[in-house]
Amino acid sequence: MSSGLPLLAIVALPFIGSLVATFLRQDARNGAAFLAGAVALCGAILTAFQYPAVGRGGVLHATLSWIPTLGLDFSLRMDGFTWLFSMLVTGIGFLVALYARYYMSPADPVPRFFAFLLAFMGAMLGIVLSGNLIQLVFFWELTSLFSFLLIGYWHHNASARDGARMALTVTATGGLCLLVGVLLLGHIVGSYDLDKVLASGDLVRDSSLYLPTLILVLLGALTKSAQFPFHFWLPHAMAAPTPVSAYLHSATMVKAGVFLLTLLWPVLSGTEAWFYIVVTAGLSTLLLGAYSAIFQQDLKGLLAYSTISHLGLITLLLGLGSPLAAVAAIFHTMNHATFKASLFMAAGIIDHETSTRDIRRLSGLFRFMPITATLAMVAAAAMAGVPLLNGFLSKEMFFAEAAESHVDSLLDDSLPYFAMLASAFSVAYSLRFIHGVFFGPPPTDLPRTPHEPPHWMRFPIELLVLVCLLVGILPAMTIKPFLAAAVRAVLGPETPYYSLAIWHGFNEPLLMSVIALAGGIILYWLLQGYLAKGIEGPPLMRRLKGQRIFERVLVEVSWRWARSLERVFGTQRLQPQLRLLVAFSVVAALWPLYRHGIEVGSRPDLAFDPAFLLLWIVGGLCAIGAAHQAKFHRLAAMVLVGGAGLVTCITFVWFSAPDLAITQLLVEIVTTVLILLGLRWLPKRIETASDDLSMGIRARMRRARDLMLAVAAGAGMSLIVYAMLTRPLPDTVSRYFVENAYAEGGGRNIVNVILVDFRGFDTFGEIVVLAVVAVTVFSLLRRFRPAPESVEAPEQQQVQDAYDKAQPDRSVGDTLADYLTIPSIIMQWLFPVIGIVAVYLFLRGHDLPGGGFAAGVTMSIALILQYMAGGTRWLEARLRVLPIRWTGLGLLCAAFTGLGAMVFGYPFLTSYFQYLDLPVIGKVPAASALLFDLGVFAVVVGATVLVLIALAHQSLRVPRAARPPAPVATPDLTKENA
Amino acid sequence: MMELIFALAVGVLTASGVWLLLRPRTFQVIIGLSLLSYAVNLFIFGMGRLRIGAPPVLENVEAVDPALYADPLPQALVLTAIVISFAMTALFLVVLLASRGLTGTDHVDGREDAR
Repeated sequence: MSSGLPLLAIVALPFIGSLVATFLRQDARNGAAFLAGAVALCGAILTAFQYPAVGRGGVLHATLSWIPTLGLDFSLRMDGFTWLFSMLVTGIGFLVALYARYYMSPADPVPRFFAFLLAFMGAMLGIVLSGNLIQLVFFWELTSLFSFLLIGYWHHNASARDGARMALTVTATGGLCLLVGVLLLGHIVGSYDLDKVLASGDLVRDSSLYLPTLILVLLGALTKSAQFPFHFWLPHAMAAPTPVSAYLHSATMVKAGVFLLTLLWPVLSGTEAWFYIVVTAGLSTLLLGAYSAIFQQDLKGLLAYSTISHLGLITLLLGLGSPLAAVAAIFHTMNHATFKASLFMAAGIIDHETSTRDIRRLSGLFRFMPITATLAMVAAAAMAGVPLLNGFLSKEMFFAEAAESHVDSLLDDSLPYFAMLASAFSVAYSLRFIHGVFFGPPPTDLPRTPHEPPHWMRFPIELLVLVCLLVGILPAMTIKPFLAAAVRAVLGPETPYYSLAIWHGFNEPLLMSVIALAGGIILYWLLQGYLAKGIEGPPLMRRLKGQRIFERVLVEVSWRWARSLERVFGTQRLQPQLRLLVAFSVVAALWPLYRHGIEVGSRPDLAFDPAFLLLWIVGGLCAIGAAHQAKFHRLAAMVLVGGAGLVTCITFVWFSAPDLAITQLLVEIVTTVLILLGLRWLPKRIETASDDLSMGIRARMRRARDLMLAVAAGAGMSLIVYAMLTRPLPDTVSRYFVENAYAEGGGRNIVNVILVDFRGFDTFGEIVVLAVVAVTVFSLLRRFRPAPESVEAPEQQQVQDAYDKAQPDRSVGDTLADYLTIPSIIMQWLFPVIGIVAVYLFLRGHDLPGGGFAAGVTMSIALILQYMAGGTRWLEARLRVLPIRWTGLGLLCAAFTGLGAMVFGYPFLTSYFQYLDLPVIGKVPAASALLFDLGVFAVVVGATVLVLIALAHQSLRVPRAARPPAPVATPDLTKENA
Repeated sequence: MMELIFALAVGVLTASGVWLLLRPRTFQVIIGLSLLSYAVNLFIFGMGRLRIGAPPVLENVEAVDPALYADPLPQALVLTAIVISFAMTALFLVVLLASRGLTGTDHVDGREDAR
C-alpha cells in the first residue's frame, strides 16, 4: 500500500481542496487561488515523483476496499500513458489557477469558482487514474457535472445557463451510453478491472456483443470530445469564464473522450466497424471544425471550432488503427493541450483588456501588448503546424499516416487530400487570429486603451509557449522519454519505431506540409474581402445549427410528448381515477376466479342464529341508507354510518373479539363528535326540485355505471369472504403468539401482548403516524378559512341571540349559556368516572380486554365531553389540556422504553416483566411493556384531543372567509378613533 | 349460515362504500371511506375465521392450547387499523373543510362539473 498512497493522494487532494474552498469567504480571491494552485502543484509534484516507477513500463496500483462483501473496491492504477495525462491535468491546472487569480473579478464569488475547478480536477484525475471501468464512468459523469457548474458560473447570464444545460445534456447522455457500453464490456470480459479488460482484446473483438459495445462506448467518447454530430455544445460552452475554456474545453475534459479511445484502443480497435465509425466521425469533425473556425467572429468561438477540429484529427488518427497513428494521436493530444490552453489564455487577456472578443472590433493590438501578441503568435503558429514548433511534429506524423494505406477503400485513398485541405483551413484560421487581432490599424471604438496584463497573468502563457518551442526544436531532449513511456503503456509489444526528428529529408509529409501552408495563406488572402464584410457564421452551413436541432428535440421530447402522454393517459379529476382504481381491483380479483374457479371450503358452519341475521339486516339497511342520504342529508347519513358501526362492533363481540369491540365503540364516539364539529363549517346543500330533473342522460349513465361497479365490488368481496370463512384455518404464526404470550410477554390478553410486545415496533410506527396526522390537522387548521356561507353564527344561536335581544331583562348569550344545563352538569360529574374507567381499561389491558388504545380514546372522550358541557372558554379557564405535550411525552415514553432494552444489550423494544408482590394488593404484573403501553395511551389521548380541540377552537376565532364575495366598503376605523 | 351472513354484510358495506367513493361530493366520499373501513376491518378480522365464545384471553396459563382461542393476529391488526382510520377521517375532514373554504365548492375536484 505504500506505493498506492501517492495515487490516492493525487485523486483525493483536489476534492479536499474543493471542500475547503467552499468554506472560504466570498471575497477570498487570493486565498482560494493560492489553495487551488498549491493543490494542483502538489498533484503535479506527486505525479512527477511516480515517473521512475512507470517510466520503464511498470504499472502502479492502489486499492481501497469499499464494499468488500460485494467485491467492490476503489481502485487506482497508473501507467506511462495515464502518468502523462495526470501531468497534463495537474500541470495545466496549476497554470490555470494562477491565471484565474488575475482573470476573475473580485466582484464574483471567486472561492466558489475555485471549488468547482478543484472538484473538476479531482474528477478528471479520477477518470485518468481509475483502475475500474465503472469507477471511471462515475468520474466521467462527475466531470460533466462540474463542467455544467463551471460553464454556468455566471448564472445571471442566460447564454451561460443555456450553454451549461446543453453541455450537460449532451455529455451526460453520452456518459449514460458509456455506462451501458462499459457494463457490456464487463459482461464480455467477466471483470471490470481495467488490467483484465486491457488484456482481453481478442475476446472482446470476437464477441457477438462487440458492435453494440463499440457503438455505446463511442457515443460516450464522441459526445465528450465534441465530435460531429455532437460537436455543437462546445462553442456554446464558451460562455464559461476563460480559464474554464482553457482548462476544461481545450486541455482536459474534452480530451477525456480521446483519452478513453486511446485507453481502450488495444481492446476495441482493429476492426472494420471501428475504422469506419471512428474515421468518419473524426474526418468530418476535422474538416467541419476547421472550416467553421475560419468564419467565426468571436475569438473564443474560433478557438472552440479549432479545438473541435483538432479533436477530430486525434479521433481520426485513433480510428486508423495503426500503432504509428496511435503514437501520433497521443503526441498531438499533448501538443494541442499546450498551444490551445495558451491561446485561450491570450484570448482571455485580450477580452480582459479590451472588453470585447469580437474580431471585427479588434485590430492592431500589437502596438499595445507586444509581448502577449508575440506569445499568441507563436502559439497560433504551433496550431497551424509551422516548423520548429510542437504542432509541426505531430502534424507531420499525421500526414505520414494519412498517406499510408490502412483499410483499402475510397475513404482511405482520399485521406491525404482531406488532410491537406483541413490543414490549409487551420493555417487560414490561425492567420486570421493573428492578423485580425494584432495587425492592421489601431482599434477605434474600444471602451479603454488596452495594455499588457500583470506579469503573473502572462506567466502561464510564457511557460506553455516555451514548452511549444522546446518540444518543437529539441524533441529528443524533452518529450521523447515521456512519450515513449506513454506509447509503450498503450501499445505494449506492438510499439512501432518512430522518429521525433525535425528533419526527415525531402519526403511526402514535408511536401504536404508545404502545400497546406501555402494553400492556407492563399485561402486567407482570397477570403479577405468576404471576411471584411463581417457576416456571422460560415457560408453554406449558416442555416444548419446543431443548437436549434438540439433545442427542438428537447422541446419535442420533454414538453410536447410529455404533454400529449399526460393528456391521453392522465386526468386531473379524482372520480375517473378512483373509478379506474376500483375497476382495476375488481378485474384483478376476478382474474384468478376466472382461471381457477371458486369452491366452498369444508369447514363446518356455525349454528344459525336469527338474531345475527336481524342484526345485519339493520346494519345493511344503515349502510345503504347512508349511501343514499350522504349528499343532501348529512346528519342522517352520519347517524346511519354510526348504526353500521355499532352493528360492526356487536359482530366483533359476537365472534370473540372483545378488544376490537371496545376500541370500535369508543372510536365511533369520537368520530361522531369529530364529524359534528366539522359539519358546522360545511355549508348545507339544499335539495332542489331541479336537481332530479336536470340530471342529464350522461349523469344517469354515469350513476348506472358506478352502481354496477359498486355491486360488483361488493359481490366480489362477499364471495372471497365466504370462500375464506368456509375453509379451515391453516397453522400460522398466531400459534407462536398464543403459546408464548404468557411465557414471554407476561400477559394473558394475547392481542395486547402482540401490540405492545411481539409487534411493538409496528405499534410504535402506528402511534407515530397518529401523532403526525394530529399535528398536520392542527397546522392545517391554524390558517383555516371557512366557506363564506358558514362564517356567521349557527342558525340556532342566531335565534337564541335574537330572543335575548328582544327581552329587556336578558343580555345576548344568556340563553346560550343556559342551554342544556342539566346534561352539561351530568357531563361535568362524569369526568372523574370516565377518567377512572380509562385508568381501569389501561391497567387491566395486559390481562383482559382493554389496553393503551382503548384507554386513550376513553380519556379523550372524558376531556371532549367537558368541552361540550362547559364550552371551550369555560373549560380552558379551569383546565389546561396540552395535547401536543401529551403526544410528545407519549412518543418519548414509548421510545425510551424501547431504548431501555438496548441499555441492557437487548434489541430495541425487547420487553421485560416481573411479578411484584405488593402488600395488600398482592401479586401485580410489572412488565416494561406497561410503560410502552403508557406511551401509546398518551399519544392516543394527545392526538385525538388535539384534533378535536383544534376543530372546536374554530368557533372561538373571528373567522375570516376564504374569499370575500365582493369588496365591502369598510368603515374607516382610524378616522373614528381620531 | 352465520358465515354467509357475515360475507353478505361485508359485501353490502363494500358496495355502499364504493358507491359513495365514486360520488362527486367530498362529504359522500368521507362517509364512503368510513363504510369501506368497516368492510375492510371485518374482512381482515374474518381471515382469522369466526369463533364464538373463544376470546384470545388466556385462562389457563400452565398448559396453553391454541385451539381454544380465536386467532389473535387479525385482531391485533384490526385494532390499530380502527384507530388509524379515525386519524384518516380527521385528516380528510380538515382537508375537506379547507377545500370548501378555498374553492367555494364541495366537489372533489375543487370545481363543479360542466354539465
